[in-house]
Amino acid sequence: MTAAPTDEGFVVFDHVQKSYDGETLVVKDLNLSIAKGEFLTMLGPSGSGKTTCLMMLAGFETATHGRILLDGTNINEMPPHKRGIGMVFQNYALFPHMTVAENLAFPLEVRGMGKSEREVKVMRALDMVQMGAFANRRPAQLSGGQQQRIALARALVFDPSLVLMDEPLGALDKQLREHMQFEIKHLHETLGITVVYVTHDQGEALTMSDRVAVFNDGRIQQLAPPDELYERPKNSFVAQFIGENNKLPGTVEELTDETCLVRLETGELIDATPVNIRHKGQKTLVSIRPERVEFKPEMMPEGAHMINAEVLEVIYMGDIFRTRMKVAGSEEFVMKSRNTLGQTKLRPGEKLQIGWHPADARALDPM
Amino acid sequence: MTDATTDISTGPLTTADGRPLKAALAASLAVRRRRAFMLVAPLFLFITISFIVPIGQMLFKSVYNDGFSKNAPALVQWFKEHPKGAEIDESAYAALHSDLILMREQKTAGEAGTRINYDISGTRSLFTGGARKAAKMEPPYKEAFIDADKDWGDPNVWRAMRSASNPFTIDFYLAANDLTRDESGAITAVDEGQAIYKKLMFRTLVLSIEITALCLLLGFPIAHLLATLPMRKAMLLMILVLLPFWTSLLVRTTSWMVLLQSQGVLNDIFVWLGIVDDEGRIQMIYNEMGTIIAMTHILLPFTILPLYSVMKTIPPSYVRAARSLGATSWTAFRRVYLPQTLPGIGAGGLLVFILAMGYYITPALVGGADGQMISNMIAFHMQKSLNWSLAAALAAQLLAVVLIFFWIYDKLVGIDKMKLG
Repeated sequence: MTAAPTDEGFVVFDHVQKSYDGETLVVKDLNLSIAKGEFLTMLGPSGSGKTTCLMMLAGFETATHGRILLDGTNINEMPPHKRGIGMVFQNYALFPHMTVAENLAFPLEVRGMGKSEREVKVMRALDMVQMGAFANRRPAQLSGGQQQRIALARALVFDPSLVLMDEPLGALDKQLREHMQFEIKHLHETLGITVVYVTHDQGEALTMSDRVAVFNDGRIQQLAPPDELYERPKNSFVAQFIGENNKLPGTVEELTDETCLVRLETGELIDATPVNIRHKGQKTLVSIRPERVEFKPEMMPEGAHMINAEVLEVIYMGDIFRTRMKVAGSEEFVMKSRNTLGQTKLRPGEKLQIGWHPADARALDPM
Repeated sequence: MTDATTDISTGPLTTADGRPLKAALAASLAVRRRRAFMLVAPLFLFITISFIVPIGQMLFKSVYNDGFSKNAPALVQWFKEHPKGAEIDESAYAALHSDLILMREQKTAGEAGTRINYDISGTRSLFTGGARKAAKMEPPYKEAFIDADKDWGDPNVWRAMRSASNPFTIDFYLAANDLTRDESGAITAVDEGQAIYKKLMFRTLVLSIEITALCLLLGFPIAHLLATLPMRKAMLLMILVLLPFWTSLLVRTTSWMVLLQSQGVLNDIFVWLGIVDDEGRIQMIYNEMGTIIAMTHILLPFTILPLYSVMKTIPPSYVRAARSLGATSWTAFRRVYLPQTLPGIGAGGLLVFILAMGYYITPALVGGADGQMISNMIAFHMQKSLNWSLAAALAAQLLAVVLIFFWIYDKLVGIDKMKLG
């Protein structure tokens, strides 16, 4: 999927493979080049190999095959403490027997930094995460969000150029998580550091990253900026994993460079944009974002094929209405419409015609 | 993280119907508390009857011995009327005479003599002999007694009898600390040749500390291995650790004898390998070394289990975090891992130390002469010399030492931090 990396990137995975038991590969031929200053997220379901990649980069796992380069040097054999990579762990891993200040001073101390210099740096790092008043607390006396900030400050206090984050916001509640996402993003921008972030939360990946690498089955399925990933998924897995998607199975009837015509299993014809369709007659899975589905004729794009739908359920979600309908035999077809003033209220059982712009329907390979 | 706001209510809190809140809470919890008490009551009773009462009685014996005072009422009376320093005159000997007659009748001369014998050895026969001859004695008794045995004129014997006339005494604690009383009743040290208890207590302490240190040193890596290995392998190793619990203490100790004695397996191997020659076989048992080896082996699981339970709860991410922050593996271990295992080290160490302080059977079997511990001496006084009061005093002192260490531990580490499993 990705082009073979050059040695120019700040962090380079070059044909990296990893196996724990000698029988199965957890990471299969990973090639990835991360630029300096980039915020790259490794996104994927659990067991997809993303955390293993991070651990190899940090030095806690060794690559079975291939090279990992950091700033041009091969770090395969380099022990973790010499890599100078900051890391934020899933459960923060703040040392419980040390105070916050001692936790932050630890990386400076092992580097042989003097006491006065240490104190200045620790205070600066604490102020950076607005935790200056908590220097003498123990980690256990802090809330989850505060611990998170301290863990962040500790990973940054020794000025690493690369920071790894392993699902750092997983243990926080939704509101705090969203708040911390912006804070991390902000820190990344001000400090100009390179961040490799691992998560299974796609919302987090989309909000924060410059680029997202979607992992599945030990491979990168797609590596792209968030908007491209969301709007132009390259295969069915990415389409399914990122955001919500309606999928309609069918067969390609007509194929041009830009568009294709798909005959659904129930006989209807729809327009779609071919993504990885090679020839006519191929089986395909058409995926359409729920928010791109229209039901008002005046909103419909020119020449779009309309399709019959029956409303099954309307869920009021505050900012949007989520309408589940029966379309082309599928009862899981979802349409999202904004809750605007004067929005048409649909009722279960109502029959109507829906449609979409052909560019929003992407004909992908069936999984 | 806001501070508690000030209480806005005035006066005590009450429930909706006006009862004080505290009383209502107590009432609502009373049933539950009663039920909980009923559940623990049998155990409480059992412990009281079988543990607390006998121990209390034993400890009481260390300060109370009525072997002489209850059998010599006339002398007790005489000592009460004549304060210390009074001349031992004819009236005293008359009292002695009537008491000895009484002892003869009740066959208690031995018991009374034994009590005095604790103070001055060799005096038991003085009483049994005196009781036999007393019937034929004529006044004046003083001459008659000194005629029969000149020891009756010894002021030291009279000092001991005066001291024993009061059943409450600290003499046994003096004896347990190698102290005695001279003729005037002042406390002095016993002859160097007879001073054994302090030395023994010190040796017990040193041996216990050595054994504890060895157990921790050997147990730490095993516990770490147990905590980090995959489940299947860890279970197998755990069985090996627990195996000593399933075999008899005697069997284990005896197998050490087989291994370590000078004609034993280990020495044979050494000779065969040429490490030592046949004349230079190493004495590894029936001395301190034997006690240390066998007891370390027996007590090792008691350090491993608390350590394991603590280490099991330390996630590997702490050491990883330390490593990623730039610490070498040794620094990460010393600064991050080791401090977090302290509750386990404390619990395991204290447990082994306390067990070692009171250990009896192993030193008795493999300790030889210089591998004996204070509990062996307590057993000797319980079973052989039958000086239960001295045994009780030694035991009480041992208990005190253990409690002192417990207190030190509490001050240093904190008992609430202890984790036994």
